[in-house]
Amino acid sequence: MDAMKRVPVREQDPKERAANFKEVCLGYNEEEAVEEAKRCLQCKNARCMQGCPVSIDIPGFIKQVAERNFAEAARVIARSSALPAICGRVCPQETQCEGVCIRGIKGEPVSIGKLERFVADWSREHGIVPEKPETTNGKKVAVIGSGPAGLTCAGDLAKLGYEVTIFEALHEPGGVLTYGIPEFRLPKETVVRAEIENVKKLGVTIETDVVVGKSVTIDELMEEEGFQAVFIGSGAGLPKFMGIPGENANGVFSANEYLTRSNLMKAFRDDYDTPIAAGKKVAVVGGGNVAMDAARTALRLGADVHIVYRRSEAELPARAEEVHHAKEEGIVFDLLTNPVEILTDENGWVKGMVVRKMELGEPDASGRRRPVEVPGSDYTIDVDTVIMSLGTSPNPLISSTTEGLEVNRWRCIVADEHNGKTTKEGVYAGGDAVTGAATVILAMEAGKAGAKGIHQFLSGEEKE
Amino acid sequence: MFQITRSEKLADKIYLMEVKAPRVAHSCEPGEFVIVKMDEKGERIPLTICDFDREAGTVTIVIQTVGASTERMVERKAGEYFQDFVGPLGNPSDFIKEDIEELKGKRYLFVAGGLGTAPVYPQVKWFHDHGLEADVIVGAKTKDLVILEEEMKAVAGNLYITTDDGSYGRKGMVTEVIRDLVEKEGKHYDVCVAIGPMIMMKFVCLLTKELNIPTIVSMNPIMVDGTGMCGACRLTVGGQVKFACVDGPEFDGHQVNFDEAMKRQQMYKTEEGRAMLRQTEGDTHHGGCGHCGGEE
Repeated sequence: MDAMKRVPVREQDPKERAANFKEVCLGYNEEEAVEEAKRCLQCKNARCMQGCPVSIDIPGFIKQVAERNFAEAARVIARSSALPAICGRVCPQETQCEGVCIRGIKGEPVSIGKLERFVADWSREHGIVPEKPETTNGKKVAVIGSGPAGLTCAGDLAKLGYEVTIFEALHEPGGVLTYGIPEFRLPKETVVRAEIENVKKLGVTIETDVVVGKSVTIDELMEEEGFQAVFIGSGAGLPKFMGIPGENANGVFSANEYLTRSNLMKAFRDDYDTPIAAGKKVAVVGGGNVAMDAARTALRLGADVHIVYRRSEAELPARAEEVHHAKEEGIVFDLLTNPVEILTDENGWVKGMVVRKMELGEPDASGRRRPVEVPGSDYTIDVDTVIMSLGTSPNPLISSTTEGLEVNRWRCIVADEHNGKTTKEGVYAGGDAVTGAATVILAMEAGKAGAKGIHQFLSGEEKE
Repeated sequence: MFQITRSEKLADKIYLMEVKAPRVAHSCEPGEFVIVKMDEKGERIPLTICDFDREAGTVTIVIQTVGASTERMVERKAGEYFQDFVGPLGNPSDFIKEDIEELKGKRYLFVAGGLGTAPVYPQVKWFHDHGLEADVIVGAKTKDLVILEEEMKAVAGNLYITTDDGSYGRKGMVTEVIRDLVEKEGKHYDVCVAIGPMIMMKFVCLLTKELNIPTIVSMNPIMVDGTGMCGACRLTVGGQVKFACVDGPEFDGHQVNFDEAMKRQQMYKTEEGRAMLRQTEGDTHHGGCGHCGGEE
């Protein structure tokens, strides 16, 4: 085996998987994992660890894999992450741990993500459960939202002995892991539920169907229900629309709606009641991971799918692997193209979309070259469904009902990135609710920071 | 899990259920709604709150069967459970924030159409509980479909019932009653609150605009999460896009684009029927509806 090259990971055949919702990437088996682990150079000053938002001891766990001590590898990861089966699947490793791997200078970096996934899957399959602290310290902490930030914060605090209750607005815990990321990328039953169960085994209670800000306020939780600190990890749930004519037509959806119907409500399965207008010819507007997820979901529901994105391929914000998978499955990319109007029939249904060609101009504030309209380049594409995937912003339900909680002009909660501290005493926040839409792993990092901040606050170690 | 404490059929396809949901009962107000998901496979169904008892921790909802999930929901009996019951969602009616003395000087007219009687009831009751009196028009297709009459009688000022076929109360649409009250019977109203089918709310608004009566309507579009996440419930109000779940559900009726809202309401009509067809026809259903992609 060429040490410069990674052990390839097995995947479902693109043609086959385009018609099912089973996981695309099949992961490593023991032999493949051990072989890949041996490629790790065991750097003393490991750059991969610095590249990891939650600072997993990457050479440490890989060494255990190479020596076939899989249970020990799982323990090494568990010291830093409560959700390894999830992170191994959805982290943008190419810009984090793998992006700085020394192996990557001359050859391909070590497949850290796939190894993490292997260890997590192995330990789940072998019934390894996290150890619960023997006693609690009697201090109650409320966590709002059961997405990656909330689960991580809750898990860390439970390990420190706190009595943690997570309040979730939807009927299923998991946040974006449950409603947003599709089954074929992140299996719900075997991976998401299993890792949430592990967090519960640490002693965390999850109460679903509670919309904090409506069912109960933060002040009520603290004053009437005895919670001494609160962590807000409520995410960025409000979808954005373009504001172009025809956007309220039947057949125009936010990616959130489309994905929620399919992932959370399981509309893709015949035995569930929730419908989904799958569409025959679908345009997904946007170029992020969510756009790829929506496009690949529509494809699996039987549609011809185009991604319509106003910049060029180099600027696509989605993970490289998602773009690669989308192309393999037959999704067409209409790049440097921007919608200007959605056309409707007499009953209010989408019958086409007028788009305009774009070209790249000078770099904008994000450092990416700004797309500029090409005059007179409008043309109409034949679609019956349009999915808007333009990003999301935080929900104001909590900030508008909590006295003393400061938000910025994007309605993001103002919080210290090192400890999650907000402008309200005892209230901490992190994840998309603070930063606006970002990634699972960055939310987890913020959850860890919030747990640290709350622990300092409640154990009296806070220094100011 | 949320226990059903009372279940009762009010009329054809209309059922009343009282559910133990202490958090919702503790914080809900007139105008707000809940989302109910009966079991693992059910849809999330938005339903307006008809009544609540803070002490007992119960919330009353009224359900009309329109699709697979609601058909199954109403089969649940007292003592059984709904898996999920979340709320309150949306915003309370504006008047609950108003100064009581100022409210005393205003004449309110509530117009309830069919199932809309359920969300109108707690609002009228709120008026009654605060020593205020409001007139109420309840409209239904026919006598048997008039619901909550006794309850409404107990809290309303003047109660006018009208049926399309004249089988009970006055004969005709609610709009005819409004016109009669204002033009023939010399009534004056400062605010109208109209809740019912969209087509009714549209015509009430056309009339009250002509009569110069500010009108509040409660929109009940298609929703998934009910917390602002999906945007399925978006509608145009005064030229701006609003989400019924977090910006409403009550809006200035004279600003609502009803035609667009009614078109959007049709979006899943065939899809809901689709789910039911699948249930009743099972494997024998081969896409005859032309919408389910089952033709392959």
